Amino acid sequence: MIETPVIAPADAVLPRGVRLRRALRANPLLTVGGLLVVLIILVAIFAPLLAPAAGDAGTATHPLDVLRGPSAVHWFGTDQVGRDILSRVIYGTRVSPVIAVIVLAIACAIGIPLGVAAGFLGGWVDELVMRVTDVFLAFPPLLLALALAAVLPASLTSLTLAIAAVWWPWYVRLLRGQAASVAGRPYIETCRALGISRTRIIFRHILPNSITPLLVQVSLDIGGVILTASALSFLGLGAQDPTPDWGLMVAEGQSYFTPDWWLVTFPGIAILVTAFAFNLLGDGLRDLLDPKRSFLP
Amino acid sequence: MLAFVARRIALAVLVVVGVIVVTFVVAHVVPGDPAATWAGPHASAAQIAAAQKFLGLDRPLPVQLVSYLGGIVRGNWGISIHTHRPVLSDIMTAAPATLELVISALIIALIIGIPFGLISARRPGRVADQVIRAGSIFGVSMPIFWMALILQLLFSQKLRWLPAAGEYSPALLFSHPLVKRTGFPVVDSVIGGNWPMLGSTVVHLILPAIVVAAYPAGLIARMVRAQVLDTIGEPHILNARALGFREGQIFGRFAMKLAWPPVSAALALVFGYSLVNTFLVEAIFDWPGLGSYAAASIATLDTPAILGVTLFVAIAYVVANLVVDIVQAAIDPRIRLR
Repeated sequence: MIETPVIAPADAVLPRGVRLRRALRANPLLTVGGLLVVLIILVAIFAPLLAPAAGDAGTATHPLDVLRGPSAVHWFGTDQVGRDILSRVIYGTRVSPVIAVIVLAIACAIGIPLGVAAGFLGGWVDELVMRVTDVFLAFPPLLLALALAAVLPASLTSLTLAIAAVWWPWYVRLLRGQAASVAGRPYIETCRALGISRTRIIFRHILPNSITPLLVQVSLDIGGVILTASALSFLGLGAQDPTPDWGLMVAEGQSYFTPDWWLVTFPGIAILVTAFAFNLLGDGLRDLLDPKRSFLP
Repeated sequence: MLAFVARRIALAVLVVVGVIVVTFVVAHVVPGDPAATWAGPHASAAQIAAAQKFLGLDRPLPVQLVSYLGGIVRGNWGISIHTHRPVLSDIMTAAPATLELVISALIIALIIGIPFGLISARRPGRVADQVIRAGSIFGVSMPIFWMALILQLLFSQKLRWLPAAGEYSPALLFSHPLVKRTGFPVVDSVIGGNWPMLGSTVVHLILPAIVVAAYPAGLIARMVRAQVLDTIGEPHILNARALGFREGQIFGRFAMKLAWPPVSAALALVFGYSLVNTFLVEAIFDWPGLGSYAAASIATLDTPAILGVTLFVAIAYVVANLVVDIVQAAIDPRIRLR
C-alpha cells in the first residue's frame, strides 16, 4: 500500500481546547457516548448514595412488597422477592461493566506480549502464535465462552475467565499487525544498526505506536464484553442470585414477564444503554483518532 | 485458482483440527465427573467405574484425544447424557430449523443494512448519517434475549399481530400436515404446495428472524457506509459521474460493487455470530433448533451435547468463511494473488 503523506489540517495551530470542541461538534455521537459513559461511571461510584434501598442489591427480601408495579416509591417496581428493581439496576453498574474491564485487562495482558513477540520477532514464533490464534478466532466469541462457562462451575469468576479466554486472540492480532508494520520501518532499522536493544525498541517505539489503536479497540470491546457477560448470565452461567447482574435479572424476570413486565424491561434497558454508550464512545474515538481503520465487530 | 482453493481448504482443515482439540481440552477441564452424571444420582462406586470404562475415561489423555478425533471424523460425536441419543443425530435433526432462521435473518439484515449504509454514505456527517450511524450502533448494542422478550410481549401478547412461539400453528398439523423432505419447513411447504402451512411458517418466522437480524443489520450498515466512503473518491466513480449517471446509480451500482467483497466477508462473520445468538433466542420463541437444544444442554449440564453443538457451529463458521473466500477469489482475481 502506498503511504499517503499526512497533511496537517489547517486548524492544527489552534489551541487544544478549541480543536477538541470543534471535533466534538463535528461528532455528536462521540459526545453523547462520552457523556453517557461518564454518567454510568458516576452511577457506579455513587451507587450507595443513589439507590433508594441499598440492601436490596444483596440478600434482603420483602415478602409483603412482591411484584409491585412502578410507583412513586419503587420507580422501576419490585421483583419476585420484593426487592426494589431501581436499586438493583443501579448496583448492576458495578457488576458487568467491572467484569468487562477485568476481562479486557486479562486479554491485553495475554495479547500484547504475544502480539508484539509475533510481529517483532517474526519467523517461527510468528507462525506458532498466529496459528494458535487462528484456531481461537475460528470460534464466534460467545460460542467458546459459552462452552467454557458451561463446563466450569457457574460463578462470576468462571464467567470472567471464560470470556477472557476467548477475547485475547483479537489483541494478539491487533498488536502483531502494529508491531510488524512499525518493525519494518527504516528508523527501526537505524535503531538496530545503532545497536539499540530490542527491549528498548519495543518499549520506546513499538508499544507507543500501538496505544491509539489499542485504546480504540478496548473502548469498542467494552460494549461487546458487557453483552457477552449478560448473555451468559441470562443462560444461568454467570452471576447467581442475589448478585444484581442485569442479565440474571432479565432471566429471573422471564417467568413473571406477563403481566409483570417491569422485571425484565428495566434491567434490559440498562444493558442496552450501557453497551450503546460504550459502543458510541469507541466508534467516535476510532473516527477521531484512527480514521483509516474502518470496521471491526 | 486451483492452488488457491487447495491452500484455503488445507488451512481450513488445520483450523478445524485445532477447534476439535480445543473442545477436547475444554471437555477435560470439567471439574465435574461425567461418569457419575452418566451413571445417575444413586449409582454405586462399581457402576461409576463401569461407566468410566464404557465412556473411555480410564485411558490416558493422548489416547482419549486420538479416539475423540477419530470418532468425530467417523461421525461419532458422543452420546448425549440427557437424551441418551447420539449427539450428531440430535444436531442434524435440529440444524435445519436454525439455518432457516439464521438465513432469513441475514436476508432481512441485508435488506435493511445496505440501503441505510448507502444513504448514510451519501452525505457523511449530516443528520441522516448521524441517525443511521446511531441506529446501527444501537443494533449491535442490543441484548437480543431481551429484545426477543420485549417484541414477543408487544407484537404477540399486546397487539396480537404475530404468533408468540413455535414453527407453525399446530392446528394445521391435522388439516394440512407438513411432509418432511428437506427439514426446512418453509422449503418443504413450497415443495409440497402446502400454502396454508407456508403462510403459517412465514408468519412464525418473522419475530425471531427480526431479533436475530438486529446485530447483522447494524454491522452491515456500518460496513457498507465505511466501504462506500472509501471508494467514492476513486477515478472510476468520477468517470461514472462525468458520464452523467444519477447519484443513486453511482452509489447503488458503482460504489456498492466494490463494497461487496468486505460485506460478504462480514456476512460469513455474522453467520457464525447469529448461529450462536440463536442459543439465546430460540428457547424464548420455542423454536425447535440448535439454539433450543444448546440451551437445554446447558441447563442439564449435558457436556457431550454442549461440545457437540460448539463443534458443529465452529465448523459451520469455518466452512462459511471458506466458501466466502473461494467465491470472492473466483469473482475477483486480485485476491488469489495475495
